[in-house]
Amino acid sequence: MGIVAYARKHAAFLAFSAVAMCAPLFIGNKYYLSILAFTATRLMVALGLNLLMGQAGQVSLGHAAFVAIGAYGSAVMTTRWSVNPWLAMLVAALLAAGVAAILGVPTLKLRGHYLAMATLGFGEIVFILLVQLKGLTLGTDGISGIPSLTIGSLDFGRPRAYHWLAWGVALLMLRMSLNLVDSRVGRSLRALDRAEIAALSLGVNTSFRKVQVFVVSAVFASVAGSFYVHYIHYISPDSFSVTFSVVLVTTVVLGGLGNVWGAVWGSIFMLFLPEYLKRFNQDYTNLVFGLMLIVVMIFLPGGLVGLRHVPARLRRRFTPPDALPAEDT
Amino acid sequence: MPIMRVEDVSKNFGGLDALKRVSFTLYEGQVKALIGPNGAGKTTLFNLISGVDRPTAGHIYFRDHDLGTLRRHEAAGLGIGRTFQHSKVFDDMTVLDNVKVGRYQRGRAGIFSSFFSLRRHRNEERQVRETAFEALKRVGLEAQAGELAGNLPMGDRHLLEIARSLATEPTVLLLDEPAAGLNNDETDRLADLVRQIRDNGVTILLVEHDMGFVMDISDEVVVLDYGKKIAEGPPLMIQNDEEVIRAYLGDDLA
Repeated sequence: MGIVAYARKHAAFLAFSAVAMCAPLFIGNKYYLSILAFTATRLMVALGLNLLMGQAGQVSLGHAAFVAIGAYGSAVMTTRWSVNPWLAMLVAALLAAGVAAILGVPTLKLRGHYLAMATLGFGEIVFILLVQLKGLTLGTDGISGIPSLTIGSLDFGRPRAYHWLAWGVALLMLRMSLNLVDSRVGRSLRALDRAEIAALSLGVNTSFRKVQVFVVSAVFASVAGSFYVHYIHYISPDSFSVTFSVVLVTTVVLGGLGNVWGAVWGSIFMLFLPEYLKRFNQDYTNLVFGLMLIVVMIFLPGGLVGLRHVPARLRRRFTPPDALPAEDT
Repeated sequence: MPIMRVEDVSKNFGGLDALKRVSFTLYEGQVKALIGPNGAGKTTLFNLISGVDRPTAGHIYFRDHDLGTLRRHEAAGLGIGRTFQHSKVFDDMTVLDNVKVGRYQRGRAGIFSSFFSLRRHRNEERQVRETAFEALKRVGLEAQAGELAGNLPMGDRHLLEIARSLATEPTVLLLDEPAAGLNNDETDRLADLVRQIRDNGVTILLVEHDMGFVMDISDEVVVLDYGKKIAEGPPLMIQNDEEVIRAYLGDDLA
């Protein structure tokens, strides 16, 4: 493919990447940079969850636990055992993949939302373990002094350097997800969700594909967790309660499940809206999220990315009847 | 040449005998119809032959493979394709993407080449698109390639299912009530299409209620009633079979 053809085909992705990567050049405020950094890690989780829920139609109510595996995996290995942060990130991701496979194989063979129930319980178990396994996790005190990511003399502890690294990874995951949707594997995921028996009759190994996408979403979440702790240098169990799993599901549902870009808009929205609301009153945040979720479910089943269809729909609705072409009678 | 043998197949759903020791043979290149009143066990038999369900007793052999030993998605790989009585198109996918799923088992792209859109994946995608489009042309839906499958009228949905199945390059095609809801013109066109598919070397087994259609295109007919085979033979013989008439019209009229 020529450069021009590539640019045309991926215009939206390239434009978004350019904005995301150039943002630190125009933002000097460290606080705003940190919100953008959190948006990158949230996007990593949301992309995996978007593939799982939007493509394969499976719900995970315990994704906070996979973020925790990455976060605590990196924190414990680097601070207690002096493992190289990159190696720790890899090991944690493999662990998350293994755990997801163990959870997914028995539950995804069954039809219905067994995965949602299994992950809900799993999330709770992980949270309890984080609090109780004090020898490993230091319990509710949390782990501090987590080192920054480095490559040679390049220190990703600085806000701008971290921004480029985290957004680079998030954008890579976005590109991967966009590619997947338009591929043999992506089509088979949508097919098995929309009509499983038809997918089977066309040769799709539906249980394998479901487990595979669940494992992918767990790995994305774990990597996000690792990046997160190397940025904030401290971690405690509070961040990984079931509430966080619900916030993650809210992120992808608000953004829109039918489209990978939903994960992008959902992540941006969920991290910037609270900042805006804080100016008025912090207590409003959860109320507004709850209301938003209800409004989106009822009026905007396509999520925020579905907003682009609204003008056409309104135009149709408000076209006076006599403006419609006369029917033959 | 026999291509599929159904041998003494029974299927039991919690005390209900949906099929009782049914046997018949499907020969290569023929169009065979499976008929019978509602609840006779036709769709149950289809589910067994297409591998999504297993017989309680008996065996179904496709060439040398015992279908009862396969996993649910493996029948397609042997060359068994099917369509469904109640539309099972992938509603929110385009017509072309529906047919592309039919190329799934002929493709190789895994999760990594899909994620990174590697060159071999892009080459495969190009072939998938071309083959899928060819399959759409065979059923005459190429003009609707870009539409959402959920927006198609019922008749076209069935054609789409046929195209999707043809894309798997089946040797046996199972059609579950393909003429349901079609008008006379559409039924005639469907009959032409079925003959065309058979002439291309695909063996066809179909379930159908439209007797005109069945008698028109079938080489042989199997009649099921309450899960039992009550007759088998060429259409003319079946039309005059007393037991068949009794099954359809009831004892009083026969």
